[in-house]
Amino acid sequence: MKRLLSGNEAMAWGAWEAGVVFAAGYPGTPATEILENIARRKEVDAHWAANEKVAFEEVMGAAIGGVRALVAVKHVGLNVAADSFMVFPYAGTNAGFVVISSDDPGAYSSQNEQDNRYFAKFGKVPLLEPSDAQECHDLIVKAFDISEQFKTPVMLRTTMRINHTKCLVEVGERQEREKKQYHRDPTKWSVPNYCRSLRPILEEKQHELAAYSESFEGNFVELNSDEVGIITSGICYCYAKEAMPDASFFKLGMTYPLPKQKIIDFCERFEKVYIVEEGEPFLEEQIRAFGVTNVVGKELFTNVLDLSPDLVAKGLLGTEVKGDFSKEIGILTRPPQLCVGCSHRGVFFTLRKLDVLATGDIGCYSLGSQPPFSAQHTIFCMGAGIANAFGFEKAGTKDVVSLIGDSTFIHAGIPPLIDMVYNKSKGTVIILDNDTTGMTGHQEHPSSGRTLKGEEAKELNIEQLCKVIGVEYVKQVDPYNLDETEKTIREAMAFPGAAVVIAKRPCLLMRGERNKKRIPYVVNDECVGCGVCYQIDCPALSEGPDGLAVIDAISCAGCGMCASLCPTRAIVLSASDRGLKGC
Amino acid sequence: MLTQMSSETKNVLFAGVGGQGAMLASEILALVAVEAGYDIKQTEVHGAAQRGGAVASHVRYGERVHSPVIRRGEADLLVAFEKLEALRYAHYLRDGAHIVVNDEEVEPAKLDKSRLYPREGVDFLKSKGFKVIVVPATKKAIELGNHRVASTVLLGVASGLLNLKQESWEKVLEKRILPHLLDINRRAFALGLELAK
Ligand SMILES: Cc1ncc(C[n+]2csc(CCOP(=O)(O)OP(=O)(O)O)c2C)c(N)n1
Ligand code: SF4
Ligand code: SF4
Repeated sequence: MKRLLSGNEAMAWGAWEAGVVFAAGYPGTPATEILENIARRKEVDAHWAANEKVAFEEVMGAAIGGVRALVAVKHVGLNVAADSFMVFPYAGTNAGFVVISSDDPGAYSSQNEQDNRYFAKFGKVPLLEPSDAQECHDLIVKAFDISEQFKTPVMLRTTMRINHTKCLVEVGERQEREKKQYHRDPTKWSVPNYCRSLRPILEEKQHELAAYSESFEGNFVELNSDEVGIITSGICYCYAKEAMPDASFFKLGMTYPLPKQKIIDFCERFEKVYIVEEGEPFLEEQIRAFGVTNVVGKELFTNVLDLSPDLVAKGLLGTEVKGDFSKEIGILTRPPQLCVGCSHRGVFFTLRKLDVLATGDIGCYSLGSQPPFSAQHTIFCMGAGIANAFGFEKAGTKDVVSLIGDSTFIHAGIPPLIDMVYNKSKGTVIILDNDTTGMTGHQEHPSSGRTLKGEEAKELNIEQLCKVIGVEYVKQVDPYNLDETEKTIREAMAFPGAAVVIAKRPCLLMRGERNKKRIPYVVNDECVGCGVCYQIDCPALSEGPDGLAVIDAISCAGCGMCASLCPTRAIVLSASDRGLKGC
Repeated sequence: MLTQMSSETKNVLFAGVGGQGAMLASEILALVAVEAGYDIKQTEVHGAAQRGGAVASHVRYGERVHSPVIRRGEADLLVAFEKLEALRYAHYLRDGAHIVVNDEEVEPAKLDKSRLYPREGVDFLKSKGFKVIVVPATKKAIELGNHRVASTVLLGVASGLLNLKQESWEKVLEKRILPHLLDINRRAFALGLELAK
């Protein structure tokens, strides 16, 4: 049966077919929908973990315990799980273990670009790379077989274009697997104690896997022209096929270990061989190390940002890439912005007013770093903001606060807060608690009271948690209440010890909030056109042709923040109510 | 000598602002192409979709489709959900291709307040030789009773420019649209098709 599926849907389907019993992950574009899809299967126990390291280790436990298990994360998620990723291969696995790493060349939804294929080589983990959704499905099934055959974790690496591209996929039925017996054997499963004896076994496995790669059917040659040979993998196979359909191809589905002999043989057939790969010269470096010299790669295909069919055609054929019309007509950019009625706006309004240095973090609230608020001054990676602020304190910088979302706080913010208390920081942490993981599409998390499967869960009480850690100033505030928010942040900053302000208000787009009735505000005749309300930077509020403020009744979310700023009290609740229509 | 593929593949690009329905519209076209028996690839960048950023979705169908991404200068049709987004993606079109554009202007969040929305976009695109069809889709949708069906009006117009069977469109709409919204979407589609003529 063929179905139109995205790469993410196809991976979830394939993993289900392969008999996966347990799956875990932490949200992250472009990987998020893998877990969301597999969670719909009744045979699969799936959940969001507190972070990727936790997810990875739970899945390790399940696989060692005897059932096929899957962990799916975005590229930077693997950094968080890297400690286990590097050690687990020493032990190998019992039942099938597959980790999906979804990279984001072009950094469309990420803080950086990183080519995680290097992780596979670094950790000595076999690596598969699909080129479309059909291969996503097929290779994940294969990955579980390889994992069990060689008793090794296997990594399936995709890129955003693979995750988010749909095509017709031939799918099958689920095959249940017998649970594998787990035997207590410290010489195998207690890696630190037996590292020295496990290390040569791991190395031996690399040779076996390299031999396997030579005959792996996902590494195949398509012989056409004897003028041009192309070695490629992933999405670049599709781009190169489009640009040069008549070339000969060596398409790699397994990119670590590589089929060395087959590659050497292929290269000998041609005068020049193109290595077409997105990101870093991962294939090229290895192929050059095989002693092959008639190859060209990164000289023609940039490692910066993502490739496209146009850039691949440019490299192969020298064709120019057509530019847009921005030289002839002004084409404004359209950056994402905080939604109408987003509660984060109240915090950024306040921070801009207080003019403090804010070390930030990752989430919807990262948007507070751009104009007009420009109220967040450093952002790196999840959890960094709290510890960065403490560092600023060490550098003698006054008036620093750190900002962190609730999901991010649970993911990576708790140890740095403990550290602040332990090491006597006087800093202030603002937790933007909107009950959801907003940025990645509203996933549940430990303080949201629901699980990935939609079941009710015990709600982590962030306020209590902070108190237990030893923070002596912990206060919750409604960010829609601008006066109260300002007063509380001032108080926290004046407090002679570590302080936490929890700005609490559910995200308007999450389940349960989305369709709530909301009463829009309107501007009445009292408006004098002073423009004070524009400081809240709400997209629903603008200056009308007569110079007076107007509110778009369709999009206003009824938060009232603009109304509380109006000196003439001209912004008032309207009489009508209705459901919120997106933002 | 190796040549570039002269593709029989149809390339349709959808562009809009997050939340306008460009993604769903492109998915419907993809499903219709599947109904018609084509090989198909559809891809999108939707990272910023929820928070009002620009979104684009590529739909390619034909005998055998490799790349999901349309090459610049090769799109047969651009369906734009507002005018600035038509400008942003017009260079993906082949010469003289059609642009179906909603008669709406959505102000972007401005990082630089001095830059103004380009009001003369449609005339500019016409001057470049594109066949621009300006559709009052949002106005029509509001008249029908739900501004969200603007995307279906646009899809109706687009369907008139693509030679896919009408019954396939009907079948997919029925499959993909929630039952209580089906009737209004059918009317929106029919209205779009009428406008295309
Ligand atoms: C290590 C890592 N994992 C996942 C992500 C993807 N990601 C970006 S922000 C974010 C969390 C956002 O949730 P929250 O902190 O609650 O803030 P909100 O978006 O709701 O404002 C996630 C999961 C990431 N950038 N890094
Ligand atoms: S999705 Fe939620 S948290 Fe994100 S900007 Fe919109 S309202 Fe704010
Ligand atoms: S009440 Fe004011 S600030 Fe809040 S959503 Fe409506 S227009 Fe925007």
